[in-house]
Amino acid sequence: MKKLLIGNEAVSRGLYEGGINVVSSYPGTPSTEITEFLSKYDDIHSEWAPNEKVALEVAFGASLAGARSACAMKHVGLNVAADPLFTLSYTGVTGGLVICVADDPAMHSSQNEQDSRHYAIASKIPMLEPADSQECYRFAKEAFRISEEFDTPVLLRLTTRIAHSQSITDIGERENAEIKQYEKKPAKYIMMPAYAKAKHPVVEERTKKLIAFSEICDFNRIEMGGTDIGIITAGDCYQYVKEALGDSVSVLKLGMLNPLPEKLIRDFAAKVKRLVVVEELDGIIETHVRSLGLPVEGKSLFTPIGEYNQDTVRKVFRSALNEKADCEVNVPVRPPMMCAGCPHRGMFYALSKNKITVMGDIGCYTLGAQAPLTALDSTLCMGASVSGLHGFNLADKGQRRTACVIGDSTFIHSGITGLINVAYNSTSSTVIVLDNSITGMTGHQQNPTTGYNIKGDPASKVDLEALCKAVGIKRIRVVDPYNIAECEKAVLEETASDEASVIISRRPCVLLKSVKAKSPVKVDADKCKGCKKCMTLGCPAISIKNKKAVIDHTLCVGCDVCKQLCAFGAIESEDR
Amino acid sequence: MKTTNLMIVGVGGQGTLLASKLLGKLLVSEGYDVKVSEVHGMSQRGGSVVTYVRFGEKVYSPVITEGEADYIVSFEKIEAARYLSCLSNKGKIIVNNQEIDPMPVITGAAVYPTDVLEKVKESGVFVDEMNALDLAESAGSAKAVNIVLMGRLARYLGIGREKWVKAIEETVPAKTKEMNLKAFELGYNYEM
Repeated sequence: MKKLLIGNEAVSRGLYEGGINVVSSYPGTPSTEITEFLSKYDDIHSEWAPNEKVALEVAFGASLAGARSACAMKHVGLNVAADPLFTLSYTGVTGGLVICVADDPAMHSSQNEQDSRHYAIASKIPMLEPADSQECYRFAKEAFRISEEFDTPVLLRLTTRIAHSQSITDIGERENAEIKQYEKKPAKYIMMPAYAKAKHPVVEERTKKLIAFSEICDFNRIEMGGTDIGIITAGDCYQYVKEALGDSVSVLKLGMLNPLPEKLIRDFAAKVKRLVVVEELDGIIETHVRSLGLPVEGKSLFTPIGEYNQDTVRKVFRSALNEKADCEVNVPVRPPMMCAGCPHRGMFYALSKNKITVMGDIGCYTLGAQAPLTALDSTLCMGASVSGLHGFNLADKGQRRTACVIGDSTFIHSGITGLINVAYNSTSSTVIVLDNSITGMTGHQQNPTTGYNIKGDPASKVDLEALCKAVGIKRIRVVDPYNIAECEKAVLEETASDEASVIISRRPCVLLKSVKAKSPVKVDADKCKGCKKCMTLGCPAISIKNKKAVIDHTLCVGCDVCKQLCAFGAIESEDR
Repeated sequence: MKTTNLMIVGVGGQGTLLASKLLGKLLVSEGYDVKVSEVHGMSQRGGSVVTYVRFGEKVYSPVITEGEADYIVSFEKIEAARYLSCLSNKGKIIVNNQEIDPMPVITGAAVYPTDVLEKVKESGVFVDEMNALDLAESAGSAKAVNIVLMGRLARYLGIGREKWVKAIEETVPAKTKEMNLKAFELGYNYEM
């Protein structure tokens, strides 16, 4: 059956047909939909885990007990899951185990541009990389077979363009879903030194077998064309090469990225006059080819930065570019921003107005860094706001008023460990949990604080107040971020306190279907003095037209935050 | 057969994703090889958004680069200018003349260029301008801007109107079907 699927849905279909029984993941763009689509199958167990480390360990446990299992994460999620990853390479699997990891060249929605292929090499785990949705489907399905045949987890690497592009996919039926018999195997699964020492040579032997497999497997293929130039490429870059150069060059298209073949590459190199590697991010294939002693070009021609396209390839090989239309208009940039009625805005206003130094975290609320709020001083990685604030306060010694902001999902992911450190090693840090009752930026996934599971069924709910109390925080208060005075009072009192504190800023995301918008507010033009105080909120619904504030009724959800700022009573609620 | 390249551009939240879903469904049913590419996540929050739709006998790249697009459907006025360099100098652009201020305009750091469509027209490309928001509201919902514009696009792509109607019926929620079909007709029949 042929369907138009995004890469992530094709991966989920491949995993499903490949016999997956358990999937556990933490959401992260551009990987999220893999698990969302899997959650629609009722004959497998799917879940959102608190973080990627937990997710991979759940997949490990399910594999140990005999089930085919998987997890999906974004590239930086694999950093979190790296600890189990490296030792899983030693234990191997019982049921097949597939780890889907989605890189984000160009950082469409990420804080760095790291290349996950390094992890495959470092952990000695095989890695596949599809180039369209059909391959996403096929590689995901095959990954279980490779996992069980070679007794290893398998990494399935995607990039944003593959994960989020739709192409035609011919899908089939589910198979191999039986769960294997569990057997206790201490030497395989207890990785203490005596057993681990015995396993490392097994891993090295396995790599040799995988190299032999990569020489002959149908994940790698040669497409002969003109022989003046031979290109080695993989993933989306294969598509750009074919689009730009067609049959004028020969192509070695790699689908298995670790380990890389040797003989196949030598044979291909012998058939062409000039050998070039086209790969986004780091020169990993190129380094391998060079290690074989072959003359090759790669990063001397192509940048390690950002996403490529067909023009990237055309420019290097001096192919003709298309005649483009053009006009001279100074088009203002349009960055993403916090939505009208976003519950984070009121708290950010309170922080910004009072010039608090704020450690930020990863989520929609990273947008609080932008003008006019400019409320953040740092954003590093999931959870770093809390631990970073503790460190900042140790060095700052109370010179500045400081706080950190972290969302509900991120707090559970890895903020709670930082909070334990704040309490245990006692700084007077003020931790603000922006509890909007959902994982927002990745598109509304449930998490342990929402009271619902991945399927939307009622589930156990973390009591944030009780959790913070249990780790040793004595000052805990809950505020409504739609109430600016309440936010300011809490921020000023808690940042002045010499005890650690948690402020829970609680109001559900305005985009949730369960949240009903109130009627929009409007500006009484006679009362408006054009002071632009309301503009300091950075609300997309408010603008200035003819020196007076105007509120876009199609965007305004009646949060009334702007109304609280207006000194002239010019912003009015319509009849409610 | 040459690949046809089409871009849908606009502002996050304007319904460009549904438009691309509709187009994808329609083009697959027509028997084309199709690739549709868009970026989810951060860029959805009121940012500038772009969807690439490519169809033909065999499509490789999922993205469209400078001068490659045959058509651009722009949901907002300045977004038409932002992506104009992707349009072939023989290309056509359908533009909703709605103005949505980006944050730098809201904060006063930049101004919204007033003569943007005149400049786009001066570039020599064919511009089909309409007030899709008004038409959508008269169909019953401001949210139907996307279907109004798809109605307009239907005049150019040479795919039977009844096939568009069928694809709309299969794509939109049942309770908005009638409203969306009306929006499609308003876009299709609008006189420049």
